[in-house]
Amino acid sequence: MSLALIAALPFLGALLPGIMIRAGRNTCALATGSVTALALIGLLLHAPAVLQGEVIQTQITWMPLLGLNANFFLDGLGLLFAGLILGIGLLIITYARFYLAKSDPMGQFYTYLLLFQGAMVGIVLSDNILLLLIFWELTSLSSFLLIGYWRHLPEGRQGARMALAVTGMGGLALIGGMLILGHIVGSYELTVILENRELIQQSDLYAPALLLILLGAFTKSAQFPFHFWLPHAMAAPTPVSAYLHSATMVKAGLFLMARLWPVLSGTDLWFWLVAGAGLITMVMGAVIALFKDDLKGLLAFSTVSHLGLITMLLGIGTDVAAVVAVFHIINHATFKAALFMTAGIIDHEAHTRDIKRLGGLRTLMPVTFVLATVASLSMAGIPPLNGFLSKEMMLEQAADVGFFFGLMVTIGAMFSVAYSLRYIVHVFLGPKRDDYPAKPHDPGFGMWVSPALLVVLVVLIGLFPNTIVGPLVATTGGAVIGSTDLPYYSLALWHGFNIALLMSVAAVALGYLVLRFHPLFEELWNDARRPEAKEIFDALIDLCARGADRVTNLLHDGAMTRYLAIFTASAVLFGFAAFMGGTHGSGTRETLPMSVVPIIGWLLIITATIVTLMVHRNRLLSLVMVAVIGLIISIGFAYLSAPDLALTQLSVEVVTVILLLLALHYLPKETPVESTPGRRIRDGAIAGFAGLGVTGLLYAIMTRDHDTISWFHLEQSYPGGGGTNVVNVILVDFRGFDTFGEIIVLGVAALGIYAIIDAALRGPASRRLANFKPDFRRAGDRHPMMMVVATRVILPVALTVGVFIFLRGHNEPGGGFIAGLVVSIALLMQYMASGFTWAQKRQRFDYHAIIAAGIIIAALTGVGSWFYDAPFLSSAFDYYTIPPLSEFELASAIAFDVGVFLTVVGSVMLALAELSRIGRHTSVSVNKDAMDIDPRADTPAAKVEGH
Amino acid sequence: MMTIALYIAILSFGVALLMNIWVVARAEGVGDRVLALDTMVINAIAMMILYGILHATPVYFEVSMLFAMVGFISTVAYCRFMLRGNIIE
Repeated sequence: MSLALIAALPFLGALLPGIMIRAGRNTCALATGSVTALALIGLLLHAPAVLQGEVIQTQITWMPLLGLNANFFLDGLGLLFAGLILGIGLLIITYARFYLAKSDPMGQFYTYLLLFQGAMVGIVLSDNILLLLIFWELTSLSSFLLIGYWRHLPEGRQGARMALAVTGMGGLALIGGMLILGHIVGSYELTVILENRELIQQSDLYAPALLLILLGAFTKSAQFPFHFWLPHAMAAPTPVSAYLHSATMVKAGLFLMARLWPVLSGTDLWFWLVAGAGLITMVMGAVIALFKDDLKGLLAFSTVSHLGLITMLLGIGTDVAAVVAVFHIINHATFKAALFMTAGIIDHEAHTRDIKRLGGLRTLMPVTFVLATVASLSMAGIPPLNGFLSKEMMLEQAADVGFFFGLMVTIGAMFSVAYSLRYIVHVFLGPKRDDYPAKPHDPGFGMWVSPALLVVLVVLIGLFPNTIVGPLVATTGGAVIGSTDLPYYSLALWHGFNIALLMSVAAVALGYLVLRFHPLFEELWNDARRPEAKEIFDALIDLCARGADRVTNLLHDGAMTRYLAIFTASAVLFGFAAFMGGTHGSGTRETLPMSVVPIIGWLLIITATIVTLMVHRNRLLSLVMVAVIGLIISIGFAYLSAPDLALTQLSVEVVTVILLLLALHYLPKETPVESTPGRRIRDGAIAGFAGLGVTGLLYAIMTRDHDTISWFHLEQSYPGGGGTNVVNVILVDFRGFDTFGEIIVLGVAALGIYAIIDAALRGPASRRLANFKPDFRRAGDRHPMMMVVATRVILPVALTVGVFIFLRGHNEPGGGFIAGLVVSIALLMQYMASGFTWAQKRQRFDYHAIIAAGIIIAALTGVGSWFYDAPFLSSAFDYYTIPPLSEFELASAIAFDVGVFLTVVGSVMLALAELSRIGRHTSVSVNKDAMDIDPRADTPAAKVEGH
Repeated sequence: MMTIALYIAILSFGVALLMNIWVVARAEGVGDRVLALDTMVINAIAMMILYGILHATPVYFEVSMLFAMVGFISTVAYCRFMLRGNIIE
């Protein structure tokens, strides 16, 4: 099976649970499980080749210009991690089926789980580091969903948020680090990067890259000082904790360190950072774990401690230590997943995870007792279980580093023994109690089979390490250290009397003593003052949020004048800075002589602008000025040989005026004076500078020759797009995709107006409207006969013009957009003349449907080109003859233009009709007839009251 | 001869436009200003047609047709607003 498919399978399968849950919980779990099983089988088919030392690769070019390719490769390390992710994933799916309550939405859970699984598999199989980063972020997001799965619990939500904040921040740092790494090597392919150790370590950028990458790895793997999120993530359902915190999410950081070990390790910086953080995390996690009364809290901190142990081993930097780290990753995944599942079983059956309320479960839950005991003893490092093997090897490696390291890891191991034994002694041993929240008993087979399988592995690896995992450790170790030349190590229970054995015995004996005097230590621990990570974190987040608020309020406090002032002032400043840095000579182009028409236009627009400034507090007058300026601009476009723009500008102007007048009816007609004179002078200065700047810029551009893409459009318009109207060909062909996006935006905007007004009319605004009184006396004639008749006469003419403009648009000025506006204006006239009620009754098509039809037609036109193996929205054209018409050209773009046309008509009409609907909510009466006085009727038309 | 006549006509309509904007700027009340705006549209149409004749191109003719068709709508809307407040009742 292709590696890309293995990584993609969980993502594709994530759609299944949501559908299958309708067929029942068993079917849903089965479907989810089969997806994972399929991916696992695909992976295992590669296993023999990988264990032979082969590296399997799959390459798919994605965005080569960015260096982003969907390249995957599978070596020993990838095989180990992918195997853990999929294998334990399978067990977790089984376990979760029986763990989740009936009220929990199981389909959702499995969907999140599969998304997470896919992201994890993606990380460990990626060859391209940019691809790896994408998967890395996906794990942060999907784990957020999983941790916050019980969204009704505040701890769940807070834990999820904290995990996302910490790992997300690390992810950000990792992106920086990886980009630097890729920059140093000049390639984003891991296989290439791994061969350039010398280059990377001698680079000046090695230290920043290392720091950023380690920040990403440490946050993900909960290393000190980022360990605090992991215990809070325990608010998740236990299957999530078992999956994320034993085998997957937290191991992603370890995977990253192991993956980049050949190129990053071996320097002093690496040793102190990685081994140091690992050592601190290991000891601190073990100490805290001992004093946690929550079963999952204990396991969480023990996980932190073991992650620290593995990090330390990777940090030591010797080949043997790296191999030991790999071995411990396997062992930790097996016993820790089993332990989490037993904790979940106890919680599920006894309804509490509080160690203080448990005890004596040995006879009540014998199966769970056996499973938990074996797994705990392995965690404590008791022979002949697998935890003992790797712990011995670890102790030996630490002792080799120096006395201090040896001492510290022995202390860590001692606490590790103590909390492991506590999991057995305080939960299962001791007298039976009669105050359990629920009567504990062993769960059904489905729930204990998963941990049981893992415990069998724990024992088997312990007894026959070489047979079970020997080849895997060898291949993976080889992949981590980046050579097939493995150092000497021996996976065996008995290595003779050596320093490691001595440390081990001391740790077990002292650990037992610590547990013996646990109440004494606990008192000391509870009396001690220590920083509470969550409080610090919350305060920090609070600080950031307040800071962000302050900055935001400074720039965006909701006042339009402030946005504009800041925006314009900074544009002027940047422009000025750029101006000072450039040359200031005038252009070489010859200037045109002044002629009468432009001088008149210039005088008109200057006067209009000044007048607008003078009258702007009277809103109706300023609207009149808007129309004046719009008219002058249209004339300007026409004069500058852009008839398309002139037509569009004029139609848009009309629609805008109508829209604003509709709104103005319900708004104050005067703008009050709010600004101080000082502020007006300041704003005037900003505006003046901006105006001068733009003038200068235009002068500079227009007096220079410059290359534009206009020539391409002009040349290619007919041969490429089949039209002589370049503007239209650009709209529907060259930049058709932009237009497609724009009509969608237009449609969405119209729907937005609809939604806002609809919601407002249902709310308190509706009551205010009911009391609405017009602010001046109205003239008597509501629907003047002259106007009604005139608009009826114009309608067919206007529609014909619309069709004409539409049809010829490809070659002459016009097109779908202008035609849409013209038709909308023709229809609007009917609304104005005969009123909303009359016009709406004759409107047979819903405007929503027209918008939708327009967008769908445009989209289908685009999709149509796929059938001819052309990219989206390619256009074709040909010539046809239908007698008696003369030969004409038909371009596929015309169908696209129909879409544009319909969307424009639908959007404009929906927005305006919706605005005029507001009037229906006032107490003003409405007229159902076309005119106030109908000459056909004998009696005056009846007047109907509005509701 | 024709060219000179066209130039004179264009200039006249240009001056007319300037006079229109003077009314827009100085008139009392909204009514006169709207009327001046409507006159501006008409003058603009005339000017474009003349310009089209001058350069012997039909493009301006079509543009000015459309101006004529939709240009008065805003005037109607302003009038309805002044008379009835609500332009679509």
